[in-house]
Amino acid sequence: MATYHDPADAPGKQPDAAPDARPAGKPGKKGGFPGSGLAKGLAVTLRTMTKRSVTQQYPDAQPDLAPRTRGVIALFEENCTVCMLCARECPDWCIYIDSHKETMPPAAPGGRERSRNVLDRFAIDFALCMYCGICVEVCPFDALFWSPEFEYAETDILELTHERDRLREWMWTVPEPPALDPAAEEPKEAAAARKAADKLAAQQEAEQERQAEREQRPAGPEEQAGPDQPGQRDVPGEES
Amino acid sequence: MSDTLAIVLRLLAVFVVFLVFPLVIGQTEHKVMAHMQGRLGPMYAGGFHGWAQLVADGVKFAQKEDIVPAGADRRIFQLAPAVALLPYLLVLVAIPVGPHNAVGQALDAGLFFVLAVMGVGVLGSLMAGWASANKFSLLGGLRTAAQLLAYELPMLLAAASVAMAAGTLSLPGILDAFHWWWVPWQLVGGLVFFTAGLAELQRPPFDMPVADSEIIFGAYTEYTGLRFALFLLAEYAGIVVLAALTSVLFLGGWHGPFGADGLGWLWTLLKTAVLAFGVIWLRVTYPRLREDQLQKLAWTVLIPLALAQIAFTGVVKVLIS
Repeated sequence: MATYHDPADAPGKQPDAAPDARPAGKPGKKGGFPGSGLAKGLAVTLRTMTKRSVTQQYPDAQPDLAPRTRGVIALFEENCTVCMLCARECPDWCIYIDSHKETMPPAAPGGRERSRNVLDRFAIDFALCMYCGICVEVCPFDALFWSPEFEYAETDILELTHERDRLREWMWTVPEPPALDPAAEEPKEAAAARKAADKLAAQQEAEQERQAEREQRPAGPEEQAGPDQPGQRDVPGEES
Repeated sequence: MSDTLAIVLRLLAVFVVFLVFPLVIGQTEHKVMAHMQGRLGPMYAGGFHGWAQLVADGVKFAQKEDIVPAGADRRIFQLAPAVALLPYLLVLVAIPVGPHNAVGQALDAGLFFVLAVMGVGVLGSLMAGWASANKFSLLGGLRTAAQLLAYELPMLLAAASVAMAAGTLSLPGILDAFHWWWVPWQLVGGLVFFTAGLAELQRPPFDMPVADSEIIFGAYTEYTGLRFALFLLAEYAGIVVLAALTSVLFLGGWHGPFGADGLGWLWTLLKTAVLAFGVIWLRVTYPRLREDQLQKLAWTVLIPLALAQIAFTGVVKVLIS
């Protein structure tokens, strides 16, 4: 409080005071010269006039949308297993799924019959949808995607319930997933695949080393490793 | 016969100016305001950058129903737009565009006539506010009246300063006596005149009488269709008149660095256009003043400044004569 009042009490005695420590009671005079604030306002509007306007001329020019735009939800129905997770997680219950079970013949003779869910109907009521994206998040099989498509207005609210064929069409408008950040963690799938590849490469390297060792000393170890020999010779043959 | 023809031609020219210039300024305001706010403004009407937007607006206004509220004072209510608009037409008659009698009608007491008739324009708003039988309209009308009282005085004093300097009330006479150093000499008076004129036109930042967040649209709240359009037209005609009058009184009208004889009218138009742009620029930049700030600015700043200008003019006038 004391430091705040000092400049007001003795404005003339502090020539090197901080710029914000100006005498109280003159709120309009920030820059010193009276009217400079008014001039600054005029300068702002004039400068804006010389710049390009930021208006999006939408019907004439398509907007430049971000890859993660929440335009509409597209269905990749080949991936759908009718697990119903999306429909159950949907906060306003706007996803309709119908399905039936089909029995598949056994894969091998004498095996057990398998039953499979077949999708009959998948519809999203976009009049109810609040674009929260929970269904996209929750789908374990990557069957739902965000598409930036947004021009699907209808004149009747009932027509906003879009069926699976329309949702499948929107799948073609889904953009590629954006590239990862430079320092981002590797995707789990890629990490697992690379781990397997590394393991295989290390195995082969060890194999080759062993083989080279064997060729350098052809007499001794060949007799010792007699039973292993056919298997070891098969490996390079399978690779080629 | 040729006399009559000349008069008819002159009046016709004034009338064409009166019909065209406000529209040009209105369109300029659309575009300038849009670009100052980072927008594009009208883009479709007429095809090229919405040049016909105001024509389209006019057609729209003409199609609308002309409603008179049941409780309104019918005749006054219907008459008010004309009272607001016509004074500006009359003022245009007296404003000289170029030398050698290039004026609708040269009047000996031109300055007096112009200022008196401009004051009548505000009467239209007052009539509209009173006749609407609506409390918001009444508030707006009374604010208009208060504003007229406050700002007519500095405006007259500033104009009186120029009349003193020239020694005549005739507008062409004032311009005949003009020298370039009058601009710095009468600078303060010019600023006062222009500011007071803005307030009299109820242009932002002095648009308290139509403050939409407080009193809807002031005196014009109840108007629709063509009568509403006439009020808007009056505002833009007022801008033309104010800009032209300021350029004639304080910026030397047809006088310019060169070509004063042949291109005098072009100088007048150029100065008027620059001032009209300034009116738009101020509107975009500044927020609306509060009603008491509005009064305070007039009585404590503009009137003392105008009086000081008159004293200064008198002193210089005595020194040089």
